[in-house]
Amino acid sequence: MNPTPLQSVSLALAGSGGAGVMTAGNMLLEAAALAGYYGLMTRTSGPQIRGGEAAAMLRLATFATDSQDDRFQVLAAIDWQNVGRFAAELPLGPDSVLVGDPAQGEAPEAFTRSGARFLPVPFKALAKSISGGWPNMVALGVLGGLLGLAPAALEGAVRKATRKGGEAMNAGIAAVRLGLAEAAKLEASFPLAAAPAAARRWLVTGNEAAGFGALQGGVRFVAAYPITPATELLEWMAPALTKVGGALVQAEDELASINMILGASYGGVPSLTATSGPGLALMTEALGLGVAAEVPIVVVDVMRTGPSTGIATKTEQADLNIALYGLHGDAPHVVVAPNSVADCLAATQWAVELAESLQLPAIVLSDQYFGQARAIVERPRSEPSAPSRLLAQPDTPDYKRYRVTESGVSPVAIPGARGITYTADGLEHNEKGTPSSQPADHLAQMEKRGRKLASADYAERWATVEGEGEFAVLTWGSCTGPVREAFERARRDGIKARLVSLRLLSPAQPDRLRDALRGVKRTLVVEQSFSGQFHRYLRAEYELPGEVHSLRRPGPLPFHPDEIHRKLLEWSRP
Amino acid sequence: MTTKKARKRAPAPRKPVTEPRERSGAYADFMAQAYTMELEAVQRYTEFAEQMEVHNNPEVAQLFRKLATIEGLHAKQILEEMGWSQAPGPAHAQQWEGGEPPESAPMSEVHYRMTPWHALELALDNELRAEKFFAAIAKSSRTPAEVRKLAAEMADEEAEHVRLVREWMKRVPRPDPDWNRDPDPPFLGD
Amino acid sequence: MNAPAAASALSAQAFKSEVKPVWCPGCGDFSVLSAITKALSMLELRPENVAIVSGIGCSSRIPAYTSCYGFHGVHGRALPVATGLKVARPDLTVLATGGDGDGYSIGGNHFLHACRRNADITYVVMDNHVYGMTKGQPSPTTEPAWPSKLSPQGTGLREFHPLVIALAAGANFIARGFSGDPNGVARLIVQAIRHPGFSFVEVLSPCVTFRPDQRSWKEMARPAAVEATDDPARAARRLMTDDGFNIGVLYTGKRKPYAPTATGAAQQPSALEKGFEL
Repeated sequence: MNPTPLQSVSLALAGSGGAGVMTAGNMLLEAAALAGYYGLMTRTSGPQIRGGEAAAMLRLATFATDSQDDRFQVLAAIDWQNVGRFAAELPLGPDSVLVGDPAQGEAPEAFTRSGARFLPVPFKALAKSISGGWPNMVALGVLGGLLGLAPAALEGAVRKATRKGGEAMNAGIAAVRLGLAEAAKLEASFPLAAAPAAARRWLVTGNEAAGFGALQGGVRFVAAYPITPATELLEWMAPALTKVGGALVQAEDELASINMILGASYGGVPSLTATSGPGLALMTEALGLGVAAEVPIVVVDVMRTGPSTGIATKTEQADLNIALYGLHGDAPHVVVAPNSVADCLAATQWAVELAESLQLPAIVLSDQYFGQARAIVERPRSEPSAPSRLLAQPDTPDYKRYRVTESGVSPVAIPGARGITYTADGLEHNEKGTPSSQPADHLAQMEKRGRKLASADYAERWATVEGEGEFAVLTWGSCTGPVREAFERARRDGIKARLVSLRLLSPAQPDRLRDALRGVKRTLVVEQSFSGQFHRYLRAEYELPGEVHSLRRPGPLPFHPDEIHRKLLEWSRP
Repeated sequence: MTTKKARKRAPAPRKPVTEPRERSGAYADFMAQAYTMELEAVQRYTEFAEQMEVHNNPEVAQLFRKLATIEGLHAKQILEEMGWSQAPGPAHAQQWEGGEPPESAPMSEVHYRMTPWHALELALDNELRAEKFFAAIAKSSRTPAEVRKLAAEMADEEAEHVRLVREWMKRVPRPDPDWNRDPDPPFLGD
Repeated sequence: MNAPAAASALSAQAFKSEVKPVWCPGCGDFSVLSAITKALSMLELRPENVAIVSGIGCSSRIPAYTSCYGFHGVHGRALPVATGLKVARPDLTVLATGGDGDGYSIGGNHFLHACRRNADITYVVMDNHVYGMTKGQPSPTTEPAWPSKLSPQGTGLREFHPLVIALAAGANFIARGFSGDPNGVARLIVQAIRHPGFSFVEVLSPCVTFRPDQRSWKEMARPAAVEATDDPARAARRLMTDDGFNIGVLYTGKRKPYAPTATGAAQQPSALEKGFEL
């Protein structure tokens, strides 16, 4: 059997707690990276804290991608306990295979009804044949074998994971070899096409990338309260901050965390917090304080399925409304959204720069999909940002903290600077910062705060714009990957279209979008929100040319390229 | 109350008891305390005046300012007498029985609807306390002789102030029984 | 003393701003403002090296009345703002100020955690047992039978005991002052600022408008009969049996202040890229 090499293969490894499927999944991703491929790993798990069912879901490809594929070619399971619960997340087809241990019984009907073939591999028995052998390492070998990955890459990944070396490493390598031999006996194979030219790549999650972007932007203080799926961002930052001379404080709640970063930033230190929807809801009062007192802060919202506690471990794009409109009063602020795992770095760094230079709160709307996805990406280019907060000079005569300026940005005094002390205030105030209920002061300060957003130069960073033609897709965030892949397919079908993925959600850029959509007759809006929050936002803030359709659904499942591709076919033809 | 009357209340320069070079440390310490007492009284009256200004009671505000001016003259006089170019050390270097200097009225004793008569009543209490304060020093056997003499002089001066304020009170109307009545409820804030 | 001492230190007056308080004449908060400015003068600090942080309420207006750096934030959140500021800028002297509603009700959770976190800040609460700015509702320290429009029969709730709670939560310095003795309060604040860690100064500060009955506090407040203790068990017994009018430093702990800022040479963030590289 010598099947055609594939540009992309999707595989999942499932099993109960203790089976080590995440460990094996990470090693497979690492091996693919060592072999020169791109890839993406997402994960799913049951509600149990320990011992629950879990699955590592990987897509390995010859091209960079932020999208899952429509179907998985391989679903391997160490055992099938409750794995059937993941059927919706693990779509299979008649060409897919189920690899399971015959000693663990049959694959659940939820999977077999797809027509996928069952291939038995006695993971446990094979593992037992090696001293210190583990079934997940055998599975790693089997999956690597099905992909045709070089054994050296797999062994390299094992070596890296078992840094201490010794018996664990040797047992792991032996188990992988056993798995590779077993794969050769199977009547299936999904060989990846030759890897692209070697390049410097990173293996990174969206949460890690966002954390790194924050540091590159200059953030040296973080206060936060643990919340899924933002916790890993904080866990990455805690040791990182101590290395770069900063600090992380675990606050008593989100009300405290946002107020702590306001205090630290008032002290002149760029500051950030990370949270998810429930935390953002608690923070909205203090975000308004940041607007009124003009204190730069960054809040990363790693969105999860809402409302309320919702589905804490799954993704959705439904915090758009609260991020844009959740603040009381007219409170101009910045909302930025990354549109790939790697972009979590640039978008977060940009948010820090905007917050600092405009002296206001900036919200970064990431999501669980990006945050917890581990991806092999081109090494992002990133230089540390230059400090951009406009500082007042000590002993400035007649210093006014909230001086009305043309740009709306006023020089800020940092505690310690002599002769320019002032009180930052959430009460409406005059130019000096003294509380005022005068209509003229309110208007002047409102206009000043609003002008800051208009005066900034967002350049080409406001959106990712690709392609041409009379048909356009407007999207944002983690929908961008599947849309882009659907576009590639549509292009092969001869459909010309434009992709506009907004990165700057507030302030809206109607002129820029008008230019980007010039000549467009039909627009498709793609988003992961039940009520169509993004569609409504576009309708409110922008002039959209021609006919507009909305393709939307709630989380927790990410879009697959196929459903967008079908919509494109159906709707793009005149 | 006219400025003329206020000027009349200002004390005449006191004849020094001894020549400056002969003054002992105890003498200077005593004068430093007296100075601090006057200075704190100035600040307290000024603060009351500002409170009355904020609360739209200009008549009483003006009166407090006048009282502050008078106490300021006393303070200045001490500096001149001692040949000091600036305050003799920080105010907190002084300790007072009961916490506050005798000529500083408690901050709780003012009201936004108070009348000049109330302000003078408050000033009278201050002067009475001051008289008592100096008289006690003058009488104490622990006080050095030259200070005792000076304290007795100052007690006499304060007694004179008491008399002057009493006179003054006769010239301002006594407050109505419902002087503090406000038909409106307090206003809401933040 | 034959000549005035060289006065390099600023006077208390120099710590006051041009902004005039909106408080009712007679309010205890005037005394606390005076005490804070005196304390800063006594400590020979400079206004630019002091930050005063507050929430919302009558007493929370204090920062702008001083010439220091001030932060007048939202209701109940003075302590987190102060904590963030102190951690980010350990060189500053940081004070948090506010009232009983701000600190013990809406900000109650932060009060507990600021005590246990023990950052080197001084928290001055002007306790008048009432919400003044919203026209006289009961606060956590209001007596259970005190009638108001919002609770005509009184709340029936037992009073919050800030000092006992501060001790239980780990505050490193606990004192009570009375606004009728501003110099006394000033001395307490001096000690509080000097004491490392979280220092809590509760000041009985009568509300002349909504609690005219608090005029009697003048007769009730008295210096605590015994010296401050560093034994939490003794302090607990004393505070539990205290009638709320013992004035002075009541407890001084020895806990190390919270200071998470990294020491040693700071690296560039690019040094962290290694972790992502293959």
